[in-house]
This record gives sequence, structure tokens and C-alpha cells, in this order.
Amino acid sequence: MLSRTAENLFWVARYMERAETMARLLEVGSRISLTPSAGHGHRSDWESLLQASGTAEGFWTKYGDPVQRNIESYLFFDRDNPSSVISCIERARENARIVRTAITGQVWDTLNTAFQQIRQIERQPRSEMELGELCDWVNRQSALLRGSMDGTMLRNDGFFFMNLGYALERADNTARLIDVKYFVLLPSVEMVGSGLDNHQWRVLLRALNAHRAFHWAYGGEITSAKIADFLILNPASPRSLLSSTKKAMHHLDNLATFYNKPAGPAQESAHALVAALSAARVPEIFDEGLHEFLTRFIQDIGGLTGLVQRSYLSGEAQ
Amino acid sequence: MIEYFNEMFDGGQVREPYSALDGWTREMPAELRAMKQAEAEAMFRRIGITFAVYGEGGDPDRLIPFDMFPRVFTQMEWRKLERGIKQRARALNAFLLDVYGRGEIVRAGRIPARLVYQNDAYERSVSGFVPPRGIYSHIVGIDLVRTGRDQFYVLEDNCRTPSGVSYMLENREIMMRMFPQLFRDNRIEPVEGYPEALRRTLASVAPVKCTGEPTIAILTPGHFNSAYYEHSFLADLMGVDLVEGADLFVEGGFCWMRTTEGPQKLDVIYRRLDDAYLDPLCFRPDSMLGVPGLMDVYRSGGVTITSAPGAGVADDKAIYTFVPEMISFYLGEEPLLENVPTWQCAKPDDLKYVLDKLGELVVKEVHGSGGYGMLVGPKSTKEQIEVFRHKIMENPVNYIAQPTLALSTTPTFVEEGVAPRHVDLRPYCLVGEKIELVPGGLTRVALTEGSLVVNSSQGGGVKDTWVLAE
Amino acid sequence: MILTVDHVTTYSYDTAMGASVQSLRLFPSRFSGQREIDWHVAVEGGIRGGEFRDGAGDKVESWSVRPPVEEVVVAVRGQIETTDTAGVLRGHRELVHPMAYLRETTATWGDEGLERLAAEAVGGCTEPLDCAHRLSAAVAEAIAYEPGTTDAHTTAAEALDQGKGVCQDHAHALIAAARAQDLPARYVSGYLFATEDGAPHEAAHAWTEIWIEGIGWIGFDAANSCCPDDRYIRLGSGLDAHEAAPIRGITQGGSEERLNVTVALEQVQQ
Repeated sequence: MLSRTAENLFWVARYMERAETMARLLEVGSRISLTPSAGHGHRSDWESLLQASGTAEGFWTKYGDPVQRNIESYLFFDRDNPSSVISCIERARENARIVRTAITGQVWDTLNTAFQQIRQIERQPRSEMELGELCDWVNRQSALLRGSMDGTMLRNDGFFFMNLGYALERADNTARLIDVKYFVLLPSVEMVGSGLDNHQWRVLLRALNAHRAFHWAYGGEITSAKIADFLILNPASPRSLLSSTKKAMHHLDNLATFYNKPAGPAQESAHALVAALSAARVPEIFDEGLHEFLTRFIQDIGGLTGLVQRSYLSGEAQ
Repeated sequence: MIEYFNEMFDGGQVREPYSALDGWTREMPAELRAMKQAEAEAMFRRIGITFAVYGEGGDPDRLIPFDMFPRVFTQMEWRKLERGIKQRARALNAFLLDVYGRGEIVRAGRIPARLVYQNDAYERSVSGFVPPRGIYSHIVGIDLVRTGRDQFYVLEDNCRTPSGVSYMLENREIMMRMFPQLFRDNRIEPVEGYPEALRRTLASVAPVKCTGEPTIAILTPGHFNSAYYEHSFLADLMGVDLVEGADLFVEGGFCWMRTTEGPQKLDVIYRRLDDAYLDPLCFRPDSMLGVPGLMDVYRSGGVTITSAPGAGVADDKAIYTFVPEMISFYLGEEPLLENVPTWQCAKPDDLKYVLDKLGELVVKEVHGSGGYGMLVGPKSTKEQIEVFRHKIMENPVNYIAQPTLALSTTPTFVEEGVAPRHVDLRPYCLVGEKIELVPGGLTRVALTEGSLVVNSSQGGGVKDTWVLAE
Repeated sequence: MILTVDHVTTYSYDTAMGASVQSLRLFPSRFSGQREIDWHVAVEGGIRGGEFRDGAGDKVESWSVRPPVEEVVVAVRGQIETTDTAGVLRGHRELVHPMAYLRETTATWGDEGLERLAAEAVGGCTEPLDCAHRLSAAVAEAIAYEPGTTDAHTTAAEALDQGKGVCQDHAHALIAAARAQDLPARYVSGYLFATEDGAPHEAAHAWTEIWIEGIGWIGFDAANSCCPDDRYIRLGSGLDAHEAAPIRGITQGGSEERLNVTVALEQVQQ
């Protein structure tokens, strides 16, 4: 397969996952804003959200004040924001169009329909739209794409590269979301374990569609240790760092088998990451510092992505 | 009043090839027709086949109107066309090989040297090179018009990268899906063999250094190009990669594709990119689309580029006049297809004639395409003619003129039912180890009543083109 | 005359660059004025690509260097025996029709000034060879040799305008003047061993060839007001300096390119 084709497929999945993360972030923000804020005098919740999305600078340049409406527009509909939902969906669809023949008709239809629909949604008066509905719509598109991939694509390199994109983007995004929760949303360290803290966790779980799963898995009170375990180390949790990394590893294994090649640096690195996460325990992570741990993890995932790039997507002689 | 040949009704009678279609339209209720038309459009949209034919540019998401009324040729008519088209494709290739070699036709005084060697499309950097099998133009698109029962004219030759073949294939596909009964009632020669024939043609011109099964790819300017759909469509049907310049690099005298399994040698490139953009080292240094060093690899026999760089010198409008000369010079044959009589405004006598008869002629720019920069005398106002007169007088070299041809009409679905509309035809001739012509082509139709301009940028549509089996 | 050539061209970059590709026209032409004794061309650490002889008779060889590239070094070392043919390119095998050399390029575009210069130089002369000599003399007269006043992108018209330039400008101007008189003309790149006055001279050199019906291609070196003789080594030709360039290369990346060239020509004592 052409390296560029693999890269396009890889990015189709990454952009769709990113669109979903953006929508979930917006949902977090809108829910938090419905609760009486305990964080007066600190950065506003919405501002924190911008930080989390990694698009704060662009927003300030364009709008200045973090007004909810503007933030919603910026994160959802603004093409000047490369990470907005509309930007991500358009890019996912454009990447798919370039490699139209490497995906199935159903996968293309899903992406093309999402693209056509968001253009229609964009034209509706903003006042007629519920943010919650918009976010649901994005999550549904993302689920449709995963479903049509699973249901129709050949299990060949193209499928593996798409799934690799999904896994790496999700690992990165989940790590950022957790990091944001601790270091951006919560006004001060003293508030760990406070009512606000727990409330924010609940919102985050809900945004990840995981609050029920969490209760089934752990029960009882929400504690930061349980949450950390759930979102980082629990192999049953579909968005945990361990699950995402495992998925990346799994598809790198698939690629090596498919190409009949011995383990390369990317595959080895993924195995090492999974081994380390599997052996990790929550107290150790807290000892290291959650933020430090997450920063290191995000770097590791970046490193792995770099290895994938070099091994498969550059087309250079190895 | 000019008489136009109607391909279906001749002297009040339905001509034989159209006999089955007569009943078909009569019996089709208006609602069904509207439904089918909407269905066809939905299919085109769904496939994503939206681009301008013949490099006319314009909105890439625009759909070219599809007319469901097929255009029909008998087997006998087609055989005659086929012989003429193949003859022309052979002569054009012989000409190219010659002018990049010893230039015998010029030495013999049959074509003026200036016309060839000072032509912008003459590529000095490939002179002396003999491409595999001596072929420069592997896909020749010959644009034809019909003016009578047995009278066809060649309007122009396209030796570089004629586009539109995906329409030929998709139009047929959609007609077969919508009207299977028509295909049961009429024995229509299939066109679906085209991609396989193209692949065979490309494989047959693998470079000397290629041993074993050649690797083929289509080189596209990229997904922003208006014909990107066609590029990816053909790549898919042939089962070859669709590459951009950045996917390729040269090393060790070969051209390589960047793949997920490392570099893979590429043997034959079907490029849909102009010469100027192929290799920044050889042509435009500012081009980001091409592959640095590609021309050196080509010249040293490491890769084949189709159509060969420099092939454009054969399809220039000034060279066109001399194609009958080529046929007689290289093949020793009489031309089977006629050229449209052409006046070169560069010649003083011709210029005088053209300016006198401006109201009756069609005047074209020598290097123009897409029906732009063109004057159709009989369809123009006095003011338009005067404006054009000035343009010609300012730069006569830039213009040629031809008589206004009485383009044939075929029945076409219009608002009120069925009405005659003018058409042309582009068949695609493949030149490799063998010369092949798929029975069919792209029929373009001028949808506006009375219009002779079939270009899609100016209200033209397309039709399925049938060749009836014997 | 037996001459040795030692010519090293170095392109260096501040940061590591992507792949580099070179197309080299660095081989002595084959004609009765030159006999190659020994000739080596190589790119340091590079991979040799294909080679061919083009329609104008020039040998071209391509090379590539894998990334990361910090420096590209092209080295030519050779020995050649030259004979004076009074500028006539005799015994040179080529296919390109002379008329292909009437085409203008940006560098050789003939503006009014050049056309006037050509018309005045030719005067009433009808004999093409004589015309060519007059044109060469007129260009030599109109453009003084003064290094550093023009660069690689200076056109013939600009050089004439300012009245100064180097051999590239003389060659371009003479091409433009000849074409203005309907004489096919081309740019030739090569080497020159010293000058008649013995003054030190840039050994990489360029001149013009003009097509004279009945004789063939004849060299004119307007910069030195002479026709090439056995002090000249001819490498390749083209419509202008860009086309005839002995080295054409592209290195991928954004870093500034620095160029260093050393050419040493020596006569072998006999």
C-alpha cells in the first residue's frame, strides 16, 4: 500500500476521534456551567475548557472574551480552528475522498453523509440548536464510522492503519482529558476530594458515556483513585489508556503479520508501553504525580506515533 | 437554412439502428422519465462523478447533465470509423517518433520546420529518445463530428491525456442498471473492457530495464484537480496505485513508490499531469507536483511515461492541418477520416478570406480549448463579430478558421419531451503492442436548442454511445 | 593540447536536508576537437543513477543522495586532449534540428535594445558567417567584462542595459542577437584554460554557438572576442544557461544553500 494512502486512512480515524473528543469536551463544559460554580475568582470553567482543547490561543486572538456562545461556535463550527468539530469532519472526509478506492462504499457513505449533514446543520440558526443534541450527533457519526469499518472492511493493512489512528488518537485524548480535570478544571489542589471535585469527575465520566460502566465496575463512592484506575489502568474500560495502547499494539502486531515482517521499532515500543501500563498501580502513579505520569504518557504516545510514521508512512528504505 | 442530419430520423423514416428506441420513448410515461432522470442523477452524485470533461475547469462539484437517450451507431458505421481512427493514431505516433528523431517529414518538405521545431509543445529534451515500441501517444482521443449519413470529420486530435473516459464507462453502467430491457432488446457492444485494455497497453510499453511483470501507476496532480475522480476511478478499475509526485522518488536509475513496505519499483507511469509539471529538474523548477530527476530516469530507460513527454506537438491546431500529409507520408495511405478544411490566419491569403467571411466561419485560438476564445460566426451578433475581427487582426498567428459544420443531431430528452440536439463524439484509441479501440466513446450533446457548442462548461451534456453488434 | 581538469562543486546546508537529486552534464563532448583520455565524475556518498546521451549529443548522468543531506560534493577529475578546430563543432553527433534553437527563453529574450544592436551590427551583410562574427564583436563591445555586476538570473536584455557582465551574459546576449537575425544559437558550457593575456581567469566558462547553414555549429566567445580553440573544453549545450547547466540539482528542505566551486585546469607538459 502507498504510504500516503496509509497516512490518509490513519488520519480519517484520527480526525473522527478528535471530533468526538471535541464534542465531549463541549458537553463537559456545558454541564459544568449548569452547576453553581465553586471556582469564582479563578479561571472560568469555559476558559479552562479552551485550555483543555488546546485551542485557547486561537480563540483569544479571534474572540477575546470566553463567552459560552463564542466558545461553542469556535469549538464546533469554526473553520479557523483546525480542531473544531467541523474542521475535523471535513478533513476526515477529505482524507477519505483522496483514498476513496481504499475504503468501502459504506465507510465512504458514512463520512460523506456526516459531511453533508454538518454543512446543513451549520446553516440553521444557532438559537434552534441544543448543544447536547449536537454533541450526540457527533458521537453518533463516530459510532457509525466505527461500525461500518468493522462491518464492511477487509482485514488488511488499510483496516489496521485506520484502527491504529483511532487507538493512538484516543490514548492521547483520554490522557489529556484526565490531565485537564486535575490541572485545569479544579481551581486548587486543596479541593481534591471536595464536592466540586467529585461533581467534575461525574461530569467527565458522563461525557465519556462511562458513568454507568464506572458504577458497575467499582460501586460506592467516587474517589480519585477509582477514577484513575478506571480511566488509566482498567483493561475493561474502552477508553482507558491501557485499552487504547493495547489496541494500538494489537494493530501493529496485525500489520507485522500481514506484511510478514519481524517486529519493528514501532511494534516493540507499543509492547513495552503496554507492559509498563499493565504493571502500573494507582498508588505508584499518584506517587509520581498524576500530571507527571500523564505528561510522560502523552510523550510516549507521541514517540510511538513518530515510529509508526517512520516505519510505514514515510516510504523510506529501512 | 442549413440542413442538419438527424441520426434517428432520416427523410421522415426512423433509421434502422434507432428502431428499438422509437417505441421505447413513445411508451415511456413522462412520470417514469422524470423518475429515471432523478435516479440517474442520484447515482452520479453518489458515485461522486463530478468533474469537467476535457480539462475545462470550473466547479469541481458540478455534475455534468446526463441525457438518457442513447446515441447509436451500426456495426458498419463503427468499422469505418474504427479504421479511420486507428489509421490516424498510427500516423500521429509515426510523426512523433520522426520529429524527435531524424525529422524525415520535415526534410522532405511536407511540413514546415518552424511549425514543428518552434512549437511550444516540441520538447527538445526528449529528442533522440525512442520510447518503448516507439510509441509517444498511448491514449489518443479523436474528436469527431458527423454531418451526413456517411460524412464524418475530425475536429481535433488529443495526443496527451484525453479525459472523459470515465463518463463513457459510467454512462453505460447507469443505463444498464436503469434500463436492462433495452440491453436485452438491442445487441450492444460492451465498453467495459476499456480498463483492462488500458492496463494491457501500459504493460506492453514497460521500459527496457523492466524484467518480469511491470508495476503500473497513475500519476495525478492531486485531489484538488477537477479530473481527480477519473484518475482514481481508472486506477481502481485497473487495480493499480494512484500516486502523486510526493509518493515517488528516483534512485539508482529507477523510479520508486513510497509504500508501507518500503520503496517499490515503478515501471510504467500513466501521467495525468502536463509535461511542464513532471520534473522540476527538467521543466518548471517551481513545480511541486512532479518528481525531481524523473526525466533522467525516463531517458535512461528506467521508467516509461505515458503519454510520452513531448507528445503534444502532434495535436496542436496548426499541426492538425498536416495530419493527412502524415498519413500519406508514413503509411502511404489515403486518409479514411477527413479533416475539417482549415484556414490559417497566419497566411495572408487565408487571413483575407477569413476576415471577408467572418460571419460564416468558426474561428478558434490555436492553443485554446474548451470552446473558449471561439467565434461561431452564424450564431454571433454583428458586434461580437467586429470585436473578434479586431482580435484576429491584432494577432493573426493565434487564430485558425473553419467552416461552420452542420453538426448532426440525435434525439435528446428535453423539458417538453424529445427533441433533436447537436452532438459530437470522442472515442479513445489505445496504442501499445496492439492498437485497440473500445466500441463506443463519449458523446457530448449541446443541450441548448440550436447550440453547436457541446462543451460541458457551456451547457453541454453527455450520452451513452452504442455500437450495435451484428 | 593535453589538459587536466580538477573541478569540485560543493553545496552545503545549515541544517540536515531531505533527499538530493543531481542531473550532471559534466562530460566532454565528442567531436573532432576533443579526445577524452580519462574522465571521472562522482557525487560523494551518492548513488549513481542512469545515464544517456541526449539529442544534442550531451552525455547526462544522474545521481541521488539519501537523506539526511548536509553537503553535496560533485567532483570531476579528468584528462583530455584538445585540438583547434577554429570554433567549428566538427564530427559532433546530434539530432536536434537547428530550428529548435530559435526559441526564446526568459534569459535570452530579445528586447528592442538587443534587436537594434543586432540590426546595426549586421548592417547590409548577407553572408551568415560574417554576420555571426559581427554580432559577436558587437556584443563584446557593448558588454564590458566586469565580474560581480550580474547574477545567475540576469537576462541578456538586462546585461546589455547596464553594459557590463560576465561570460554568461555575453553568451546570452549573443544568442539573443543571433536569434533576432534568425540565426539559430545556443548556450555552451565548459572550461577555458587561461586567457591570451595570461591574466587569471575563472576556468568554468560559457560561450555561444551559432548555426551557419552549410557549415554547422560554430562557437563564438564574445567574452574573449574569439572563437573557441584548443584551450576550450566543451561539455554541453542548451537554449540558455539554465538548460545547459553542467549541474542541475534539487535538495529537499528549507535551508539556504551555499555554493563553493573550485576549478583547476593545467596543461600537461609534453
